[in-house]
Amino acid sequence: MKILVGIKRVIDYNVRIRVKSDGSGVETDGVKMSINPFDEIALEEALRIREAGNADEVIVVSLGGNECQQQLRTGLAMGADRAIQVDSAESLQPLTIARAFLKLVEKEQAGLVMLGKQAIDGDNSQTAQMLAALWGRPQATFASAVELSGNKAMVTREVDAGLERIEVDLPAVISVDLRLNEPRFVKLPDIMKAKRKPLEVIPVEDLGVAPENDLQFTSHTPPPVREKGIMVEDAAQLVAELKTRGLL
Amino acid sequence: MSETANEREVMEYDIIIVGAGPAGLACAIRLKQLKPDMMVAVIEKGAEVGAHILSGAVIEPGALDELLPGWLDNPPPVCIPVADDEIAFLTATSKRKIPTPPQQRNHGNFIVSLGALCAWMAPQAEDLGVDIFPGYAAAGIRYTDDGAVGGVIIGDMGVNREGQPKDTYMQGIEIHAPLTVLAEGSRGHLSKELITKYKLDQDSDPQAYGVGIKELWQVAPGKCKPGTVQHSIGWPLDTSTYGGSFIYHMDKDRIAVGFVCALDYSDPEFSPFEAFQQFKHHPSVKPLFEGGEILSGGARTIVEGGAQSLPKIEMPGALLIGDAAGLLNLPKIKGTHQAIRSGTLAANHVVETGGGRGFDTTLRESPIFKELHKVRNIRPGFNKGLWRGLITAGIETITAGKLPRTLHNHADHSSLIKLQDMQTIERPWVERDLAPRDRLASVYFATTDHDEDQPIHLQILDPEVCTTRCGEEYNYPCTRFCPAEVYEMIDDPDTKAGKRLQINAANCVHCKTCDIKDPYQIINWVTPEGGAGPNYQNL
Ligand SMILES: Cc1cc2nc3c(=O)[nH]c(=O)nc-3n(C[C@H](O)[C@H](O)[C@H](O)COP(=O)(O)OP(=O)(O)OC[C@H]3O[C@@H](n4cnc5c(N)ncnc54)[C@H](O)[C@@H]3O)c2cc1C
Ligand code: SF4
Repeated sequence: MKILVGIKRVIDYNVRIRVKSDGSGVETDGVKMSINPFDEIALEEALRIREAGNADEVIVVSLGGNECQQQLRTGLAMGADRAIQVDSAESLQPLTIARAFLKLVEKEQAGLVMLGKQAIDGDNSQTAQMLAALWGRPQATFASAVELSGNKAMVTREVDAGLERIEVDLPAVISVDLRLNEPRFVKLPDIMKAKRKPLEVIPVEDLGVAPENDLQFTSHTPPPVREKGIMVEDAAQLVAELKTRGLL
Repeated sequence: MSETANEREVMEYDIIIVGAGPAGLACAIRLKQLKPDMMVAVIEKGAEVGAHILSGAVIEPGALDELLPGWLDNPPPVCIPVADDEIAFLTATSKRKIPTPPQQRNHGNFIVSLGALCAWMAPQAEDLGVDIFPGYAAAGIRYTDDGAVGGVIIGDMGVNREGQPKDTYMQGIEIHAPLTVLAEGSRGHLSKELITKYKLDQDSDPQAYGVGIKELWQVAPGKCKPGTVQHSIGWPLDTSTYGGSFIYHMDKDRIAVGFVCALDYSDPEFSPFEAFQQFKHHPSVKPLFEGGEILSGGARTIVEGGAQSLPKIEMPGALLIGDAAGLLNLPKIKGTHQAIRSGTLAANHVVETGGGRGFDTTLRESPIFKELHKVRNIRPGFNKGLWRGLITAGIETITAGKLPRTLHNHADHSSLIKLQDMQTIERPWVERDLAPRDRLASVYFATTDHDEDQPIHLQILDPEVCTTRCGEEYNYPCTRFCPAEVYEMIDDPDTKAGKRLQINAANCVHCKTCDIKDPYQIINWVTPEGGAGPNYQNL
């Protein structure tokens, strides 16, 4: 079985996000970029499935410009067998990404697609669900545990009310949550090996997918700045201060 | 350690360079330019190249011209020719411009972000075939059986606070190489080990350091004058403390502001962080930053000892270059060109002679050392205070360092005066309202990140001293000299002293001040897990 894993290049979770002064987007100049943390967890799980003998090949896929090859190489260094960059100059929206994935699924005859539950930049949480619908296959989202047996997967999902266990038939789409696993560190020699692993570049047009722009960004604004607090002496002053501000 | 040492995986290179700063990258680039088939690797503890680099920086371009001819056709992301140069003397309320000493004239120089410059050099090195490994710390030296340096040991990952392996445990590998080049920058922790082991400093003065704290601001439109370079001396430092400020106007309304204090200050109550923040509130400075916001910030030590503190820079199997050797030119407050030139010179030497032997002599006969020799008396001249120092600086400058005398440096950790012998210094600090409020708020701008569940990388060799002698003699100076508030004394009735030291290691920005200034030399900075530490942007 082949597993396709989606990995997106996003601003590193440690970076303080700054909105550009003209509101046209988020500052990425000189900013550290990494693999979306949820995607890294998806890749770790795929590698564990392969290491347990339940898959033959793990393929990492990223959609974007050449800069995302850096994240693909990291995925290869973690242990993926090969990588595909779907080359696109413009940033793609979830529906287009799902359509592109579907083409790759068909091309590779993948038995499982593993994705992060969302990317930490757009927070859309749509690609996995859309892909499952387009593909006509089961989906198991927000996975915190995955067990494979035969052509079925038992997936524990993190839902508002607690945990839910569902069984899905493969092929399927699984999107993963934070508690599924802790991704491995990359070994230095594996970085060198990753340089020699195959990385295929496919222009998005060659997949027969035309970028759609159903969503339009109108502006970006940072959250309002918190006002400076004051120290009050006692409860009476607190009440008084709240009253003068019309909060009580 | 020894039983696992045999099992460590090994990678072999012709040369392993520790640190992807300007020195290490220059050395790697030159080696590959001269000998393309040489296997060269660079190890960098920052998560990315540049993530741990903090500098001014106004740089002299000569060294880059030599290493990367035509570099200005494809310049680093921040690179602004210096247009205007000023130096001023401050009192608490006034500012007076003073004539710019020749070393500080900056015509022909460029304002850069050194972090961005390193991130720009790294792909050029990789294009030549250098293997750069950011996110990995060189945690130890690998010694060969005959006692020479034979490479480095990469730190283990996934070890918990108690030193036990976690689920993610990954043993660090060994990198073997006939020659190891230490380019760790100021107070490199492996360099420190090697200087002691091979007694490299037995014929030189102790190294001297300063700590530089810096912020990058986005200022209100109209305030930034790209290319303007401003320095000051005087307030808020008292006349017995050597140091000063820098303000570099970059592009896109960005201004770099920083403050450097020599670490041989004597007042245990002194806080370099507070001095910097007070400087920002000087009436001539504050308006620049009102209405602006901080983009990033952090701190790093700077080597100040110069010629007389330069240790022997070669030993069996290894060389020291850049700030790890101590090549910064203090009166110019510039070390970048020296770092690049020393990296280049080391590469030339290695390729010409087939190894590192003789590099100490090569460097001492080069313009790199001559530059240091000329200005050797300027910092120690300030040991007697600001006025005597300025006079010495004047004489040494006029005579170009030709007077047959050499003043000496003393170890910074020995300079604190015990509280009982100390006359209280009045510091009429103003109330501050510019960001950051305090050191914790400031650490936020360094975006520093360490997994909390790992061994504390600030080793206290004798914790007893902290709660007993240090409290009495100096009132816990670590709680003030650390710019990131890593050290805190916590009331703890369960202990004999009623207090205990808490180390907030996750805040550390890897400046190395504590390793240098702690008066008992019981703080040992070691590398945390690779990739941990600050994530500086454009510093
Ligand atoms: C506040 C301040 C202002 C300055 N202003 C100027 C200026 O205006 N002009 C100028 O020319 N110079 C200036 N300097 C000096 C200049 O920054 C240094 O001289 C220069 O950075 C030295 O280069 P280096 O390569 O030797 O070391 P660094 O730049 O310090 O680089 C060392 C690198 O090695 C890495 N490293 C260290 N130890 C290890 C390890 N064990 N394993 C893996 N990696 C490791 C570090 O993370 C770092 O990336 C300033 C310095 C400071 C602090
Ligand atoms: S703990 Fe030491 S190295 Fe870390 S920030 Fe504080 S003084 Fe600097």
